[in-house]
Amino acid sequence: MADNKLYCVSALFDTPDKIINAARKTTEAGYKKFDVNTPYPVHGMDRAMGMGQSKIGYVTLFFGLSGAVFIFLFMWWTFASSYNIVVGGKPFLSAPAFIPITFETTVLFAAISTFVGMIAVFFKLPHNSHPLHDTDYMKAVSGDKFGLVIEADDEQFNRDRVTDFLKNLGAYKVADVYIPEKETYKLFSSGFVIFLIILAVVTSAATYITLNKLMYVVPFSWMEVQDKLNAQEESDIFADGKGMRLPVEGTVARGELPYPFYGQPNPPEVLSNPTLPTKKVLELGKRKFLTFCSPCHGNFAQGESRLHGQFPTGPTLVSSKINNYPDGMIYHIITNGQNVMPSYMHQINREERWAIVDYVRVLQRAQNPSQSDIQEVKKESSSNVAK
Amino acid sequence: MSPNDSGYIKKDLPDNLFNVGGILLVVGLILGVAGFLVDSYRASFAYLVSFIFFLSIVVGSLFLVALEYAANADWSTPFRRVSEFLAAGLPLLLILAIPLMFNTGSLFQWSHADYIHSDKMLEAKSAYLNTPFFMVRVFAIILIWFFFYTLIIKNSRKQDETSNQLLTKRNITLSVIFIPVFAITITLVAVDWIMSLESKWFSTIFGVYLFAGVAWSSLAALTLASIKLKEKGFLHPAIKEDHYYSLGTLMFAFTAFWGYIAFSQYMLIWYGNLPEETFWFMQRWEGGWKIISILLIVTHFIVPFFYLLSYQSKTDLKKLKFISIWILCVHFLDIYWLIMPSMSKNDHAYSLSWIDFVFPFVFVGVLLIVFKKVAEKINLVPVGDPKLKRGLDFHL
Repeated sequence: MADNKLYCVSALFDTPDKIINAARKTTEAGYKKFDVNTPYPVHGMDRAMGMGQSKIGYVTLFFGLSGAVFIFLFMWWTFASSYNIVVGGKPFLSAPAFIPITFETTVLFAAISTFVGMIAVFFKLPHNSHPLHDTDYMKAVSGDKFGLVIEADDEQFNRDRVTDFLKNLGAYKVADVYIPEKETYKLFSSGFVIFLIILAVVTSAATYITLNKLMYVVPFSWMEVQDKLNAQEESDIFADGKGMRLPVEGTVARGELPYPFYGQPNPPEVLSNPTLPTKKVLELGKRKFLTFCSPCHGNFAQGESRLHGQFPTGPTLVSSKINNYPDGMIYHIITNGQNVMPSYMHQINREERWAIVDYVRVLQRAQNPSQSDIQEVKKESSSNVAK
Repeated sequence: MSPNDSGYIKKDLPDNLFNVGGILLVVGLILGVAGFLVDSYRASFAYLVSFIFFLSIVVGSLFLVALEYAANADWSTPFRRVSEFLAAGLPLLLILAIPLMFNTGSLFQWSHADYIHSDKMLEAKSAYLNTPFFMVRVFAIILIWFFFYTLIIKNSRKQDETSNQLLTKRNITLSVIFIPVFAITITLVAVDWIMSLESKWFSTIFGVYLFAGVAWSSLAALTLASIKLKEKGFLHPAIKEDHYYSLGTLMFAFTAFWGYIAFSQYMLIWYGNLPEETFWFMQRWEGGWKIISILLIVTHFIVPFFYLLSYQSKTDLKKLKFISIWILCVHFLDIYWLIMPSMSKNDHAYSLSWIDFVFPFVFVGVLLIVFKKVAEKINLVPVGDPKLKRGLDFHL
């Protein structure tokens, strides 16, 4: 070992107070390249060693902020730009929903960059060995001792003077540490590495060919692959490449008779009502009316609705104008739409639309009763009382 | 260790403190009474804002004292007396709450029987929200605090003479009991005084929200007071920048904590989007309140966060003093923002008024006078505390 280059002179101390004092004295003596090793953080060491503020904070700040900006833009891109998805009825770009993820990513980026930055930059990463490793000095400072080394690279370094200096500081042991011979590992020689690479390529290729070409059998129970087209799937069969097809023009689905007056604001003639106002029909009409019509026209078709004032007000359906409409005209308006009212052809089927017409008639009659109606009701209620 | 060993020499605080406090108190009282005469409805809200601000600092300071004992911290021991003196206004809460007791009618809609009977939900709540029970709660909570304050402070002061280590042990036990009690009582205070201003509104995190502000502002008050005292040389000479750095980091931590809690509260309500919850935030997003809401986010979180991020700002006493004054002002703004929008109902539209700003004079005056009064007899450093030496030696 005597032939090796001297790395440093190391000194071991018993107590944290002594090491603080030693570090302070070493700084005062003007040594620049020296280091302290302790089994646990000793408060006040940075100042005693004359170290300035660590720069790692800037790495953390920079990467933390980049993490925030990156993830916010990423969420903006995925949620609000590239593929819009409505979540909880919120706007696509809803910042409050993005903040938790932005916060987490900020912390993640800051933490990882601090850790990696510290190891890579401050510990000079590819160097996986250090002259102090595997020395008695390192064993002592990993236990209960406090160590200080003055490196031979220091401008003022003089082996004997440094040894005396450290002894005077109260070190119980002062020793030289030499740079160990560079170890070479046969394991990492280029020939062996190339052999490993070739072995890896050959093994992978052989495995791939064996499993996928030579021994490949289509499993008969592989039910997820079938000769059919799933929804949204592409297909080469059709010129436009889409697997999903529209029905042939002129196709009429069962129960979906086309409406002849569609798109005409004032049709010259209208259909006549094919339904009878039975209890069943009226109940269906009521249910559908309350679902589709009442939001604008109100529960009693008087135009007083929940949406009153927030939306163009739906007109009353119990006016004399609409009283005088034929059934077919009301059916026409539901089917075709009128003014701001859209067509409900696709939401409400034919049978339900006629049922709504019947129910609207009931509402109209309930609010404009004729003399005979009133007598009828009175008779009914008095007969109820009698029972 | 006898008191003389610590190196602390007791000096009397300047009489100026008493005079300034007295002037503030008298001016505040005159203007405050005028405010109540001019518009008692408005004045009771303005008084409530300042009352909660005062309560934050006195109870928060007691919490900090208890926290030091419970965590067995020694770095903050040289500052503990400053927190104790700030908490000395706590018994006065009993008196200062009285003007509010006479104005529950203006403050709380639930104190009106006809309003309660207008809504099933309020009728269900009236078992809790009714004036007699409210008053019982208010005084019970203050008395509980008073009880712990008396015991902890008595032990702490006795130690100056006896240097008995057993007193520290006793205070640790008391503090460990006090902290959960504080958690429950501060939640009740938040619910009773602030949340119930909107009888129908509810938010389960609200107590934590108030606590975040309470701890934040009492730390700022401690920092401000101890920097002022340090500058004039009243504190122990061995107190270094490192001690203030730790105060700065705690303020920084509570800045982030408040941001976290405030956002948690907002986000859940925003996501749930239920009308019975969102109206509270809608009130604060209308007209001029929108500006104050945005201002609160900037001044309560963004500015202190980035200001306190750097090492320099936490070790430079001038910078630290600036941010602690900032924090105290912003905490006042926070409470103002919590309370004042609830005023604009019953045809009382909101507009800025001089009445809002007279009561802080009263409470700041009270704090200064109490501080001076207590400091006359008691050491500004707990000289008998066994942790003091380690606390003074503290460095980063």
